[in-house]
Amino acid sequence: MTPLHGYLFVAALLFAIGFAGAVTRRNAIVVLIGIELMLNAANLNFIAFWRFGPHPDELTGIVFVLFSIAVAAAEAAVGLALIISVYRHYKTTNVDRIDSMRG
Amino acid sequence: MTAVFIILSLVTVASAIAAMTLRNLVHCALSLAVTFAGLAALYLQLNAQFVGFAQILVYVGAVAILIVFAILLTRGSEPPAEAIFSSKWFVGVAVASVVFAVIAAAVLSSRALPSESASMPSASVRQLGDELMTRYILPLEVLGLLLTAALIGAVILALRETANEQSGGAK
Repeated sequence: MTPLHGYLFVAALLFAIGFAGAVTRRNAIVVLIGIELMLNAANLNFIAFWRFGPHPDELTGIVFVLFSIAVAAAEAAVGLALIISVYRHYKTTNVDRIDSMRG
Repeated sequence: MTAVFIILSLVTVASAIAAMTLRNLVHCALSLAVTFAGLAALYLQLNAQFVGFAQILVYVGAVAILIVFAILLTRGSEPPAEAIFSSKWFVGVAVASVVFAVIAAAVLSSRALPSESASMPSASVRQLGDELMTRYILPLEVLGLLLTAALIGAVILALRETANEQSGGAK
């Protein structure tokens, strides 16, 4: 069990936890929190592969994570604005009750 | 596998589980901040200082606060009377377990992973700035455009309904 395996395991665990929360919780904000956890797990993988990979002189892993953090921040801002907009319309953030398009 | 890594990963994973299972949404957001801080410490462990501090600035500083604001604006701070998990929660947990099992099996059985790297790579802020301003200049510009669009979009999304209500009330 090398250090790389340890980091990859932690990232996989974080991804699974975030996924489980995103698909089982009812509150839309917690669903968004789960998605953030999944994005962070991917970032941890990038950094671990950069640190233990064969070409650490290339800064590709670090730069990719920087871009990923910026995109995730934009996603969080738009997602939370959507949730607030939905709350104003439906008076709830429970994703099970937002079902106007249900057939 | 140092003791620091084990402690950090335990804190990170435990607070992630807490963020997904706690009943009170404010507690969820605080556990999420602890998870982000633990991840930043893991980045520092991996010798990626700039990413670690960017993680603290962006996630602990901005995203966690944004989530707390959203919780307060949607009155999520009151604990819900009904169940917090959907009725078919076991399906989601089962799928998540399968996903974890597949990833873990792939990690364990892979022979493409490098065994041990002798050198400790480092990325100074100067090197990163050079790379961002030369090789990655186009993605950086596109990212600036994306952030501007996201900022304007978020403001418009959050403002529109009140503007309609005000104009409707004026009629």
